[in-house]
Amino acid sequence: MLHSYPKRVHFLLLALTAIVATFPLWGKAVFGGQADFILEKLTLMLILALFAMSLDLLVGIVGLVSLGHALFFGLGAYTLALASPEFSPASLWWMLPLVMAVAAAAALGVGLLVIRTKGIFFIMTTLAFGQMLYYLVSTSPFTGGTDGVFIMFRPSLAVGETSLLNLDDPYVFFYFCLGVLATGYLFLRWLTRSYFGQVLDGIHDNEHRMQALGYATHGYKLIAFVISGVLAAIAGMLAAMQYGFANPAQLGWHTSGEVLMMLILGGMGTVFGPILGAFAYEILLFLYEHLTTHWPILMGLTIIVAVLVLPRGIAGLIVAPPGKAEPSKAPWLRRLVGKGAAASPPEVTKRRVQS
Amino acid sequence: MDLAFFGVQLLNGLQYGLLLFLIASGLTLIFGIMGIINLAHGAMYMIGAYLVYDLTQRLGNFWLAILIAIPIAILLGLIIERLFLDTLYKRDHLYQVLLTFGLILVLNEAQRIIWGGDVHSVSVPAPFDASLPLTDNLQYSVYRLFVMGVCLALAGVIYWVIRHTRLGIIIRAGAVDRDMVEGLGIDVRTLFTLIFSVGVALTAFAGMIAAPLTSIAPGMGDSILITCFVVVVIGGIGSIKGAFWGAILIGMAETFGSVLIPSLASMVIYLIMAAVLLVKPRGLFA
Repeated sequence: MLHSYPKRVHFLLLALTAIVATFPLWGKAVFGGQADFILEKLTLMLILALFAMSLDLLVGIVGLVSLGHALFFGLGAYTLALASPEFSPASLWWMLPLVMAVAAAAALGVGLLVIRTKGIFFIMTTLAFGQMLYYLVSTSPFTGGTDGVFIMFRPSLAVGETSLLNLDDPYVFFYFCLGVLATGYLFLRWLTRSYFGQVLDGIHDNEHRMQALGYATHGYKLIAFVISGVLAAIAGMLAAMQYGFANPAQLGWHTSGEVLMMLILGGMGTVFGPILGAFAYEILLFLYEHLTTHWPILMGLTIIVAVLVLPRGIAGLIVAPPGKAEPSKAPWLRRLVGKGAAASPPEVTKRRVQS
Repeated sequence: MDLAFFGVQLLNGLQYGLLLFLIASGLTLIFGIMGIINLAHGAMYMIGAYLVYDLTQRLGNFWLAILIAIPIAILLGLIIERLFLDTLYKRDHLYQVLLTFGLILVLNEAQRIIWGGDVHSVSVPAPFDASLPLTDNLQYSVYRLFVMGVCLALAGVIYWVIRHTRLGIIIRAGAVDRDMVEGLGIDVRTLFTLIFSVGVALTAFAGMIAAPLTSIAPGMGDSILITCFVVVVIGGIGSIKGAFWGAILIGMAETFGSVLIPSLASMVIYLIMAAVLLVKPRGLFA
């Protein structure tokens, strides 16, 4: 986890944001008739970036590898689909809190069971719980089975009778998603730099020592699990708004695997890395799908190569090019956890982004 | 439910459980000894089934097909271990998960390219293509009994190797402390290759003998992989004994679940897993 980025990271993020945010201005000129389609893809990338970022809190910051994160993504989508009235749009004022509450309750329930497990057990149990919901949804009658549920109307954002944002307009929805992603990013940056985030960082490095220091580490991990689940559910809700339906595939473990891939591709533990990862993954997917109907074989090989040669992802290249030292973590934490001063520096820097 | 019907379900559950054991034992061995989480394990089950389907079509003989398919499966395991896993032993589980996830995509798509997206079946081979009459309208397939026998025999062999041979001692020691085993002059590198190949061969073999009993379809490995994860979590990761009893339990639960409470059948095994996790977070036999 990084507490302050090098200047070039801020510069890069701002530049990227500017390019994406001004797309409606230059999109038509560059892509012509394809602009609407590209805008749709960009909106999806923003949503997936939020999804990947939510997983980063768990995998990159706390060090818990979850292979069931799609559970919350799908839960957000299905909550929207099932709670929406059939013949009129729902109001986002109560839909968003509802989605967050459902996800928080589910994350608390699952978290209480899985948070006590570690390493490979955590991977397997999160995967199994994700599949549990997948089978429940794809076999029970009121969720539309394998066909999923259609959402006839996008939720509206209005005060009284006046509409604040017309989310049905693809451009408005695009900026709405950009805003949500930016809010999520700033929230996670604040969270990871807060006292709470520093404790999570400590748990990542040495949980036993944090326990010996008197921290109730299970509690911290559980809260992180819930926050991560809620953010993923918001992403899932946005995805369902974008697609216009909720589908069991959004819950399946292949989705969990893909989001993990976005995270690694972008670089975990950096909060901004997953955003780059989501964009990179979706662009690759788009290219491969155009190249061949057998695109999964190309994607599979890409994943394998990325794991073998680029374990720290794109962010790893930007933050710490080979030979450059990384910024150190908070001094008080280094003193408490004891890595850094006593341990050999190269090992510490290596572990930071990799593990 | 009358007694004969109950008996048939009991046998079905046992047969399914024993088959699960073959797959789960490979999974748990590979994790217990090598510390590798292999998501591509289910894909190897699928490859086993397709290999036998293909070879039976070509050769016209199921047994000959199995005889040829086994070395192919072992070879595939060998290649994967040497080519990809070699670099992953010292790294976080996360990378193992991702790399083997990539392998799933490649293997699943390779299956589509070679054998297409259709559902296939293999007919039950002679001399086991008969049925035993139980009552007037109930009978039981002899082939299922044969599969049970083979699985039990293999379980016995695995138990014997691990408990009573020098190789077994090394394997058990390797599961406890890999570095110490290496320090004692044992070639861990070769041991890993052996374990992975055997594990892959076990799951591929399970796919082969299950081929006449199930429909051979794309993605058949994915669902069995998750079920085997549940088995391994319930039994305790790295424990062969746990894998055995976990597999029997899950085999029974799924079989009786689909008969007694069809609406909840797909959930039953996860509920059992949740219950086990509540009581014993590390599994029943760990």
